[in-house]
Amino acid sequence: MVYVLVAAGILVCAILAIGSKRLLVSAIWLAATSALVALMFYLLGAVQVAVIELSVGAGLVTVLFVFAINISGEEAMTLKPVMPKPLAWGSILIAVGLTIYLAIQSGGLGLVLKASTETPEILWSDRYLDVLLQIALIFSGVLGVLGLLSEGKPSAQKEDQA
Amino acid sequence: MSNFPVAFIVILSIISLAGIGFYCLLATRNMIKVIIGLQLMVKGVAMAFILGGNLTGQVNLAQTMALTVIVADTIVAVMGLALAVQVRHRLGTLDIKALSTLKR
Repeated sequence: MVYVLVAAGILVCAILAIGSKRLLVSAIWLAATSALVALMFYLLGAVQVAVIELSVGAGLVTVLFVFAINISGEEAMTLKPVMPKPLAWGSILIAVGLTIYLAIQSGGLGLVLKASTETPEILWSDRYLDVLLQIALIFSGVLGVLGLLSEGKPSAQKEDQA
Repeated sequence: MSNFPVAFIVILSIISLAGIGFYCLLATRNMIKVIIGLQLMVKGVAMAFILGGNLTGQVNLAQTMALTVIVADTIVAVMGLALAVQVRHRLGTLDIKALSTLKR
């Protein structure tokens, strides 16, 4: 029962996140979706990722969204979409249908039970390259935040000096 | 997970999250909305990892995978937002169609 409620909440929050007119409201609904996804992780037994999703997905990303929307300002987007809506829905239905078809073709959900090792052990021994990659990614994220904060126009300044 | 309906419910929410995010990517022109759609899709993918780990009894391996996905997704959001803010400063709009002026 809890699973149904959480899944329905995720669906409603996601639809409201893409459906609302104001960007700020969309960001808040995205945070709500993230919190419910974290709850679903917890229910599925992934406790550590649930905590990270809650702090990063619902916390940090929302702060960044609100910050960026405040800097760039709300913009009324009543423009025509890039792709006609029926075509977009059609491609989604095709993608979902293909996913279900491939899932059925692959023989359903086969259970392969193996001895489970601890998360930190896997992370730091088997997947240490991924950890290095994540460190590099976090550095690039810092550069991204610098890009978010910088307001200067280097090219214009160069032209002025010339 | 022993009872199948729970896996079915989670799969439904994974597919719906991915579908809603995909629709947002295809149908919106606002850069920040596009990033929101991308975030929704990736949340569905992370949930699929966790469900897979749960079904195969390897939750810890799935957690490390989902952790990588969440970190990468956050960095993508940061870079996308920085790009959107800079585009807004330089072109005065968040419309992705306006970026086609870069071709000239």
